Amino acid sequence: MKEEIIMAGFGGQGVLSMGKILAYAALNNDMEVTWMPSYGPEQRGGTANVTVILSDGRISSPVLSSYDTAVILNQQSLDKFESRVKPGGTLIYDPYGIHRKPTRTDINVIEVKAMEESFNMSNAKTYNMIVLGALLGVKPMVPLETVMSTLKKVIPERHHDLLDLNREALTRGIALTQ
Amino acid sequence: MEKTEIKLMKGNEAIAHAAVRYGCDGYFGYPITPQSEILETLENLQPWDTTGMVVLQAESEVASINMVYGGAATGKAVMTSSSSPGISLMQEGISYIAAGELPCLIVNVMRGGPGLGTIHPSQADYFQAVKGGGHGDYHLIVLAPATVQEMADFVGLGFDLAFKYRTPAMILADGIVGQMMEKVVLPPFRKRRTEEEIATQCPWAVTGNPANRKPNVMTTLELDSEIMEVNNERFQATYRLIEQNAVRYEEYFTDDAEYLIVAFGSVARICLKAIEEAREKGIRIGLLRPITLWPFPTDRLEQLSKTIKGTLVVELNAGQMIEDVRLATHDRVPTYHFGRLGGIVPDPKEVYDAFISHFPQ
Amino acid sequence: MTPEDIKQPENLVCTKPRLLNDTHMHYCGGCSHGVVHRLVAEVLDEMNQADNVIGIAPVGCAVFAYKYIDIDWIEAAHGRAPAVATAASRLNPSRLVFTYQGDGDLAAIGTAETIHAANRGENITIIFINNAIYGMTGGQMAPTTLEGMRTSTTPYGRRVDLNGYPLTITPILASLPGTCYVTRQAVHTPAAVAKTKRALRQAFENTLAKKGTSVVEIVGTCNSGWKMSPEKANNGMVDNMFAAYPPGDLKTPQD
Repeated sequence: MKEEIIMAGFGGQGVLSMGKILAYAALNNDMEVTWMPSYGPEQRGGTANVTVILSDGRISSPVLSSYDTAVILNQQSLDKFESRVKPGGTLIYDPYGIHRKPTRTDINVIEVKAMEESFNMSNAKTYNMIVLGALLGVKPMVPLETVMSTLKKVIPERHHDLLDLNREALTRGIALTQ
Repeated sequence: MEKTEIKLMKGNEAIAHAAVRYGCDGYFGYPITPQSEILETLENLQPWDTTGMVVLQAESEVASINMVYGGAATGKAVMTSSSSPGISLMQEGISYIAAGELPCLIVNVMRGGPGLGTIHPSQADYFQAVKGGGHGDYHLIVLAPATVQEMADFVGLGFDLAFKYRTPAMILADGIVGQMMEKVVLPPFRKRRTEEEIATQCPWAVTGNPANRKPNVMTTLELDSEIMEVNNERFQATYRLIEQNAVRYEEYFTDDAEYLIVAFGSVARICLKAIEEAREKGIRIGLLRPITLWPFPTDRLEQLSKTIKGTLVVELNAGQMIEDVRLATHDRVPTYHFGRLGGIVPDPKEVYDAFISHFPQ
Repeated sequence: MTPEDIKQPENLVCTKPRLLNDTHMHYCGGCSHGVVHRLVAEVLDEMNQADNVIGIAPVGCAVFAYKYIDIDWIEAAHGRAPAVATAASRLNPSRLVFTYQGDGDLAAIGTAETIHAANRGENITIIFINNAIYGMTGGQMAPTTLEGMRTSTTPYGRRVDLNGYPLTITPILASLPGTCYVTRQAVHTPAAVAKTKRALRQAFENTLAKKGTSVVEIVGTCNSGWKMSPEKANNGMVDNMFAAYPPGDLKTPQD
């Protein structure tokens, strides 16, 4: 199994950390992973993207021409990456703030109202976990329980009271795609 | 047996962890993107409380490299890291370290230049790294990592080679492998060398205790040109020895290759994916990835040049390593260059397209 | 009576310090460096530090200090002695580490390293020879060259509108919390030599006690560069240099 993913959105939406948690979870699932961020000042508010590759075998290039799956959270990223999803691939996007919707018909386009759901949860910080949940709902690359045990490892113990909130966000994200 | 620890971390972080575990005695550096995580990780690890390693944020790259010179002169395993503009500032000090026949490790996580340039990945410091960089005739042993695992592994390898040959070693990385996270197995912890071990293994070291020997003086000044020539001949003899013994490279699909791509560092991985896709179409391309950029795998390239139809050299620069490739292959086959500049990284398709444009199928 | 008869221990009034070797010094007659070298050698021996010291030599007239005093030395790049000393000291904390620098090395090309090493309070002694001229390269202007003073690069005298003011760096170093002892001395009279020796000992003791950075500025002469006889140079130093660089303690260690 090999999954080549691009995650892109505004800096501050938690794109890089969402990718990091997926990469950690895949690592804990005994897979090969690379996590390659766009880095620099764009982290402070411009667009941010991260390429995450999960594979059972050796990973060659950390930089990709096309992707199996794109997770798109703003218009600029949609404009940039829609054409780079492989035919038959998957594009997951949040319609919040999107005024030109995806047009391709040779890929699976899945709309996930994650921003709206984070409003329903009254907690904007749950946004990226809702999105990650949606991604796992569409592509169950790693089990939810592995993601949860990963979160338990990477979140400092003093913040472990937030684990339940993250589980709920992930679960709601999965539910949005069912 | 100790359970193998698999971590997920950035290349820069891996270098910091590997340095502490190697038993590095001191790190001296100045922040610069895209490698500041090395100093940050070291400060976070607080190795002075565990291994006794010294970590110091210096006032400049000039101070950093001269601290490395001072530390290395006392026989300690010391290192610094920076990115392209900072490495330029260090060149005088690096020349002194080479002339002093001192071991040390220098990490350059390259960014796009010239000038202040960009903070994005580049390989445009190839010439500077492999031809010496500062004034005078000298070389560094230059290691080019392509994975986070190699970022970790080359710390120990770099120090070992530096001490074996008494010459500075450089890890020449780029922003991709510095910023990327991958799985890494960190090396086991080693004890830092004791004062007694340093005195025995490095009889030249300025330890400050000449009780049982003549005083040691570390100087690179020699006003007598006859003696200075002899010194230079000694340096060159060491370089010949390194060329004979320290060459490292990796190759893929060269057994049946009709064409060869030569690339180093993370770019070699981008090329490998392009090659995998080309092979699906029946185009037989092989990959040679020099791991040591100096000494360069000249002999192997010459051998390969006898069985291939052409070579594409792919670099994040305007054409630097291609000169060494052409010297190695004696222009026996057509050799072309493909590069992106200023911090742009090509994707595998661009590499494939560049190959096809030079070698139509 | 032959000279051999006279060379008897009971007739000895003065000996060469044990750590000062027989290498012929390249310093000009009348130069202050020879005196200071002797004092460094004497004090290190008296403090039993010969096997516990690392000296950092500069670029400048004292570049060959390592040829004359038999201890372990590192010869630094121009201006970088305090950076070299920082690493030598931090990596070898039990050693007495000192730098020996001139005015160009310390207060021009190496100002940043000097100030930052002192500001970090590195446990080192900085011996600073201030003779207001570049001796080694043939008498060019130094950062400490006095206003109106002629050098090969200020042939009509230093003009502050062209060359800026003489840099009095020692008071700047005294203002930093990292320094524990900052003093300015000279070696033009036997009394001054004795005081300088006490200052060097004080500085080395501070370093061994890890009190922070000690700075001993020694206002010196360069009769070759100043184009004066040694005697005139000494008098000129008292008349002119002491006005800008008055001897005395600028900061003394707090116990």
